[in-house]
Amino acid sequence: MVTADGVPLKVSLRRAMRRKRNTALLLTAPLFMFLLITFILPIGDMLFKSIDNSVVPEQLPRTVQAVQSWNPDAEPVPPEPVYEAIVQDIAEGYENRTIGRVARRLNYEVPGASSLFRKTQRRADRLEPPYKEALLDIDEDWADPEIWRLIKRESDFTTLSHYIAAVDMTYDEQGNITAVPDERQIYLPLFWRTLWMSAAITGLCLLLGFPVAFLMATLPLRLSNLLMILVLLPFWTSLLVRTSSWIALLQTEGVINDILVKIGLVSDDGRLQLIYNQTGTMIAMTHILLPFMILPLYSVMKTIPPSYMRAAKSLGANPLTAFVRVYVPNTVAGMGAGGILVFILAIGYYITPNLVGGRTGIFISNFIAQYISGSTQNWGLAAALGVLLLGIVMIMFLLYDKIVGVDNMKLG
Amino acid sequence: MAPPIYAGPVEKTWYYSFRVICALIFIFLIGPLFIIVPLSFNAEPYFNFTPEMLSLDPAGFSTRWYVDFWSDANWRLAVQNSFVIAIFATLISTTLGTLAALGLSRSEMPFKTLVMALMISPMIVPLIISAAGMYFFYSRIGLASTHVGVILAHAALGTPFVVITVTATLVGFDHSLTRAAANLGAHPTTVFFKVIVPLILPGVISGALFAFITSFDEVVVVLFVGSVEQRTIPWAMFSGIREEISPTILAVATLLITLSILLLTTLELLRRRNERLRGLSPG
Repeated sequence: MVTADGVPLKVSLRRAMRRKRNTALLLTAPLFMFLLITFILPIGDMLFKSIDNSVVPEQLPRTVQAVQSWNPDAEPVPPEPVYEAIVQDIAEGYENRTIGRVARRLNYEVPGASSLFRKTQRRADRLEPPYKEALLDIDEDWADPEIWRLIKRESDFTTLSHYIAAVDMTYDEQGNITAVPDERQIYLPLFWRTLWMSAAITGLCLLLGFPVAFLMATLPLRLSNLLMILVLLPFWTSLLVRTSSWIALLQTEGVINDILVKIGLVSDDGRLQLIYNQTGTMIAMTHILLPFMILPLYSVMKTIPPSYMRAAKSLGANPLTAFVRVYVPNTVAGMGAGGILVFILAIGYYITPNLVGGRTGIFISNFIAQYISGSTQNWGLAAALGVLLLGIVMIMFLLYDKIVGVDNMKLG
Repeated sequence: MAPPIYAGPVEKTWYYSFRVICALIFIFLIGPLFIIVPLSFNAEPYFNFTPEMLSLDPAGFSTRWYVDFWSDANWRLAVQNSFVIAIFATLISTTLGTLAALGLSRSEMPFKTLVMALMISPMIVPLIISAAGMYFFYSRIGLASTHVGVILAHAALGTPFVVITVTATLVGFDHSLTRAAANLGAHPTTVFFKVIVPLILPGVISGALFAFITSFDEVVVVLFVGSVEQRTIPWAMFSGIREEISPTILAVATLLITLSILLLTTLELLRRRNERLRGLSPG
């Protein structure tokens, strides 16, 4: 069979299909390119930063070469050529004003490296051989094998040391990876706190969201639409508005404490500390994330025919049994969708824990932010912590996709 | 609403107590928003109700925090930045998001799930991670601490909402309408503007509103990608809460609540119009 202009129908159809496919691709291309530059490459950059170690081989090119021939087990300190190499590297780096970068990088793992470099850099170009004695004259720490082992270990362009630090591990003297003693662990406890507090917030949201969604699903549509506006209003209101209202409510001189004092539940000097701790983070975040639980629950409950409950009751189940055995199992999809959504949003929260969490109610995000722009800058560690957090979120998102399907995501 | 006539005493008790529980949850949900409104008219620089306010003495109320807000050049800059950034970000994300949604909802689209997952990823990735990545990358290409950088970042964060809402409108889209128009001699561009656009418009507008509010409320990315020059209202509120808490923040919050009520009303009207157009019974 051929078309009017003599092309076989099969070929013509294939051509038309291809054209349609290309149109579809072409329509999505602008957004794809846009997201590639504004979003995907930045995330990629973060992945790269978490393993990037180029500063060491770039700033200390001679040293990393020379230190390879040193065997830390055989001789306690490196031989003279290594000292000569580092004097040249430091002198050059000081002239280019780039030596501070590598000093800061090494200081993450050997505290004191930064001041050691700072002491040495100004005099590096005037040092005379033998360089080993000359450096030891400036600072005894140049005889400390720890700094040399670090340079030897971190001489590659990539490193895993940020990840090792991010899971509270460290290298011991033999170069083996070991866990940091319990009392000095920072990030693992913080990850745990982030996870259990997010789980608790998810649980609270479910506890509060379930009755509301149930009520809205059983009321006539006109009334439930009215209630829906009450759910959507906080959803549409700025996060900072809601956080500041919780500060006004919860602080020791705030509205809730005032009421409690007035009705005599607590004395004036026994005002409750409801904010700047875990309680504050929990209350404020439950409030902020509650709509994300109610909306999917409601949309599932709306589809459960009321006849199911009536059927169960007419078969002799009392209302409680009918509810637990018939209604609740039908809402599992909604609970799963809402639960995972709230959990994903909660573990990445930054603003609210920062403002109402005090010292005990902050999350892993707060540490990431602090390492990026705070006083203790460490981009590599921030990136490694970020990638680990992203990994957790991705696992949860795959679960979400399994339960709800990305295509079925709805808003409002 | 009353319990059914046949309900026994246990059922009646449960019926009413369930409603009380729900009412309490709604108070938890809405109360904190509305407690701010009277507090923002406080005559004293406190975050709680003064005795004068409780006795409804006019001396306990004042609009000084609103005057404060309006006369402060920093807040004015923040308002201006917020609107400029949000409007441009909305324009970009609405245009690109609508086009992509049109492509994604075609049955011929290859790798649909993968592309969809990619396009809504800015919504899933925690903001702190997006902000960190953007901070690293935008400083590298010279977009950090510029209005353009913040606008692009916000546009990226807003696109998933447009893609989702427009795709949802297109689910019930009758493709024979476009074929009919083409059959009657309309050029593809005419088909697009005269047939497709009017039908998907409610979805596009609600997506645009989502994108607008995302940018307007966003603070984490502005904190990292922007600087003092790009301060937006949330940026100023964040630093205000951290430094010295003055009820000016509550005045701003009240204004923002008013804005969100307006946006919500618009969305609700759009939703009703959409349901009417599709022949669904009005809610």
